[in-house]
Amino acid sequence: MQILIYGTINSIALTLMALGFALVYGISRVPNFAHGAIYVVAGFITWTCLKALGLSYFLSALIAILITGVIGAMIYRFMLIRVRGMAISEIIASYAIGLAILEGLRWGGFKGMTYTLPLFIPGSVNLAGVPVDIHRLLLIGIGAAVIVLLWLFTHYTRIGLALRGMAQDERAALMLGIDSDLMALLATAFGSMLAGLAAIVLLPLGNIVVEAGYNVLILAIAVCIVGGLGSWMGAVLAAFLIGFAQILTVVYLGSHYQMVVALLAIIFTLILRPSGLFGQQKELEERV
Amino acid sequence: MAKADRRKERLDRGIKVRSDGIYALLSWRELAYLVLPRLVLIVGLLVLPLVMPSLYWQRVISNVCLYALLALSFDFLAHYVGLVSLGGALFIGVGAYIAALLNKYLGFSIILTIPIASIAGAAICTLLLLPCLPLRGVYFAIVSLMYPLAAMRIIEALNIFGGTDGIMGIDSFPSSWAEQYFVIVMVLLFLFGLRRLVNLDIGLVFRGVKDNDQAVRASGMSITYYKSVAVFIASIMGCLAGACLTHIYMFSGISLFALDFSILPIAATVIGGGGTLAGPVIGCFILVPISELLREFGTLRIAFYAVILMAFIVFKSEGLMVYGQRKYHQFERWVKI
Repeated sequence: MQILIYGTINSIALTLMALGFALVYGISRVPNFAHGAIYVVAGFITWTCLKALGLSYFLSALIAILITGVIGAMIYRFMLIRVRGMAISEIIASYAIGLAILEGLRWGGFKGMTYTLPLFIPGSVNLAGVPVDIHRLLLIGIGAAVIVLLWLFTHYTRIGLALRGMAQDERAALMLGIDSDLMALLATAFGSMLAGLAAIVLLPLGNIVVEAGYNVLILAIAVCIVGGLGSWMGAVLAAFLIGFAQILTVVYLGSHYQMVVALLAIIFTLILRPSGLFGQQKELEERV
Repeated sequence: MAKADRRKERLDRGIKVRSDGIYALLSWRELAYLVLPRLVLIVGLLVLPLVMPSLYWQRVISNVCLYALLALSFDFLAHYVGLVSLGGALFIGVGAYIAALLNKYLGFSIILTIPIASIAGAAICTLLLLPCLPLRGVYFAIVSLMYPLAAMRIIEALNIFGGTDGIMGIDSFPSSWAEQYFVIVMVLLFLFGLRRLVNLDIGLVFRGVKDNDQAVRASGMSITYYKSVAVFIASIMGCLAGACLTHIYMFSGISLFALDFSILPIAATVIGGGGTLAGPVIGCFILVPISELLREFGTLRIAFYAVILMAFIVFKSEGLMVYGQRKYHQFERWVKI
């Protein structure tokens, strides 16, 4: 029972981390390797607003999400737009942006001291004999809501449909009057906002540390690759797969192996099925 | 002329054309045109340890050369075979651990450990990367990024090879001169060796694999075989650098799988000019001393070369060496359209 509950929580957490990355890659085909950095930045902005400026929790969260959205848009507008279509340059450039942000933060003194965000609602309840924080339950709710809302957004709104059209066939989308650069910009902004949201929901469970940026990036990549880059359902299912696998390894092997699971998942998936469990796009082209 | 109705025309210099073929032997001037740039690099590298003021900067030279070896291996794989490996640290780590284990537990001397670690390490790296060689582009890049991270976590989790403490007390080079000249000669050897290799038959096949692998396959050649040969050659360089590193610092630990070894060679290649082989070496000579000067800023160094990398890749992606070559071989003038 414990495994079931915490596995679900962990899986939803992974989904939250990965959705932003999946959105950007699935839509603009720009692998945004600055994802982890944006996640950490969102945490620090919330902390600053909450503790240093004394704003209310909800307001600071809102500000943080908005700022991360702007950061994402700026990264696309000033950097990634110039290297679009050159896969390797995209990876190196966005990874370099993330690296610069993270190491800059580390140097800027965000280390050593503990930066923590308070829980939304403190306290815990017993669920079938297992004590669970209310915050973790809220996390499940928020995660599920985000998944549903995003699904609705990409299926029933103009922008969402335009984004999906871009992912499927950029040229056809252009012919139908979809501004591909604007859409990619929006996708990057939304993806960054999702990273910010994930940070605000997940960070109260631990400290805000710079290393989280790297871990989030690896986990997000793991989820997206196992699920198939650009595939929605795949990402969610893969999050559950890896989430439960991680909890199982923690219970039966020890927490050291948690990251190894994610890394091995990436390596094996890429070797066996490079397009991921549910990715249909370009399967033939990417394998020789 | 307004900006709109002119364009820049580039023409080869006469001396370049004259020195292209065997006729270069006819005059000293043409010979000098060909030999001088190479000679400057070789002599410069060989003299460098003699003119360096302190022991500290002599150590920096060894560091530069180790990074240069890594950068060469990255450049060769990325621009001649089409495999962008973001995990140069894997080569360093494997080479270093093999050399350290051989030296510490089997008591092999340094003359034996370095060649054994290079060859055996390269074989191990090739075997490890073999399953993902059919991948290309982004996918290979991501997997290769994961390998050093996975290796680090596995050593940590299994607590093998000294675990998080690493292996200490490894023999050092007999003298700092031996250390420097060994790495310098190795860099020159591999630099000119690779330049020769990419123009041999097998080098043409490598470039074929990069440009159009289906055509190579259609010619009845196994892509995976050629890719694994290329990875073997590249990882010899990486493992050699790792083995030297472990003997220079007399230490081997999981920090050898760190990000530095993956990022700095890539930055050096981008700055120096990808695909020129000499460019990455020059890039290392710019970046590594800068990062030594910035040592007191701690982790800001990584941020610093991330910014350089970003700026170069986004705004000036051709690199210094390509720029220099163009200026050396060609002249430019504005012409009316």
